[in-house]
Amino acid sequence: MARNNTSRTLAAGEMLPKDIQKLAKRMSKKKSSSSSARKSPYSGLWTFILSIVSVIYVIPIILVFMNSFKKKVFINKAPFAPPTAKTFANWDNYISGVEKIGFFSAFINSVIITVGSVLVIILCTSMCGWYITRVKTIFSKCMYYLCVFSMVVPFQMVMFTLAKTSDKLKLGNPWGIIVVYLGFGAGLAVFMFCGFAKSIPIEIEEAAMIDGCNPVQTYFQVVMPILRPTCISVAILEAMWIWNDYLLPSLVLDKTKYKTIPIAIQYLKGGYGAVDMGAMMAMLVLAIIPIIVFYLFCQKYIIEGVVSGAVKG
Amino acid sequence: MNKKVLRIYFPLFALPTLIAFIIGFIVPFGMGIYLSFCKFTTVADAKWVGMQNFKDMFKDPEFIHALWYTALFAVVSVITINFFGFSIAMLLTKGIKGTNLFRTVFFMPNLIGGIVLGYIWQLILNGILANFGATLTFSEKYGFWGMIILMNWQQIGYVMIIYIAGIQNVPGELLEAARIDGATNSQVLFKVMLPMVMPSITICTFLTLTNSFKLYDQNLALTNGLPSNKSELLALNIYNTFYGRVGFEGVGQAKAVVFFFIVGAIAVAQLFFTHRKEVQQ
Repeated sequence: MARNNTSRTLAAGEMLPKDIQKLAKRMSKKKSSSSSARKSPYSGLWTFILSIVSVIYVIPIILVFMNSFKKKVFINKAPFAPPTAKTFANWDNYISGVEKIGFFSAFINSVIITVGSVLVIILCTSMCGWYITRVKTIFSKCMYYLCVFSMVVPFQMVMFTLAKTSDKLKLGNPWGIIVVYLGFGAGLAVFMFCGFAKSIPIEIEEAAMIDGCNPVQTYFQVVMPILRPTCISVAILEAMWIWNDYLLPSLVLDKTKYKTIPIAIQYLKGGYGAVDMGAMMAMLVLAIIPIIVFYLFCQKYIIEGVVSGAVKG
Repeated sequence: MNKKVLRIYFPLFALPTLIAFIIGFIVPFGMGIYLSFCKFTTVADAKWVGMQNFKDMFKDPEFIHALWYTALFAVVSVITINFFGFSIAMLLTKGIKGTNLFRTVFFMPNLIGGIVLGYIWQLILNGILANFGATLTFSEKYGFWGMIILMNWQQIGYVMIIYIAGIQNVPGELLEAARIDGATNSQVLFKVMLPMVMPSITICTFLTLTNSFKLYDQNLALTNGLPSNKSELLALNIYNTFYGRVGFEGVGQAKAVVFFFIVGAIAVAQLFFTHRKEVQQ
């Protein structure tokens, strides 16, 4: 009983600093960290523990970076040793890797496919999503439910037939694959746009119509700006998927002519019996760098996009 | 009136997506269902064989093995990922120093693609196992735990972000009220916090579950099914049936249909659970 009482008073006593802390959190980040440090003696300890964990978290990437500068025979022997004067390979791994798999053309292909697909997906599916929410026919309802349904279907289900279909329609190039991505990525995008378009008050659009806008003008000047946050979320989600996708492009693209980065890296293993570990490490570094740069610049949008995508999906 | 005007614009607004959707999804899906009842090597020579493919499929010991292996893998990875993800999310919502930096670091691996991740971890795990005179491909167990570690590294940050959003939505007054009523820390966690973030838990559990079931790239890069297809997950098994064995395309398609039903069942279960939660609140 007595213990209970003290803990109660303690809890009541803590109320005030907690409220202040909350206020401070809203006011400025600096204040909140100092007040929370005062609040709990464990805070410093947790920071310390999490620092160690995050160092462990980054180690794999640092290891790959380190090994990319070692001569290839030393990578398998001692992957955890830093490069020394004897094992240091300078830029050799990078040069041989880039030559072997044609990294830069793969990079350009990846950029064309990702940027092109994302732009097309955003434009087409946002229009489609808005159309489906506003025009309620049996047909548009069917299309909505088909889109939701397609989100559930795993790629292996359509893998073989999709490869055959796109082959027949000659979509095996970076421009053609955009159509495939629009088709296969439409499910999630249409679903998210429909969800958001429902919440737009129809009066805004009616006002635009009365002012003499046709539906195209209404869409581009009124609806699209309102849909912007959803556009960013969809763009992030689709970009993350398409940039890293391996199986779909490897089946659809004509691999002798076009490679994306994941295909090129996998080719390094498949194409040359024994894997050239040096070139592999160098290519992994080159594959990771653009992602990390992109992440550090757009972190806020990426995290928002992931959260909204997860809650909807 | 508005709607009628808009309907004339159907070709502009909905048709491009519809055509792509038919090419990219509806036609392949319909053909896929049909072909699972056929024997074929290319699509043109399909011959109806009824349920034969499904019978052959369950006679394939590798498929049965892959099924159990995947199920076990999914269960272990769902539990570990959600446990660690939730714990880190709890710590990062306490306002300790460096929260933003930690969040950035933990989320980062999520953006790296499966193939790249697979090769990164192949290097590290082989380096560690070399001390014991083994490699990843010595036994299916090494491949299994290798993939668990890899998935944890990739997905903890992802579920952490969702949990943080969930935890921040819990009103602070509620927690304070519980503390004033004399609840201990563990009581606050289990009786107040967990029920309040239940929607996030449902989402994360199902996301990680479907991700583990559909895992392909990481499996391909890390072990490629070695030794002798023992570390093959379902998706890789289906791919190898299609492209590794001539004459088994029909069986592969039948496997894909079964795979689709498994993933579909998981999704329906999720819908059911989320709806039940919505009714309660």
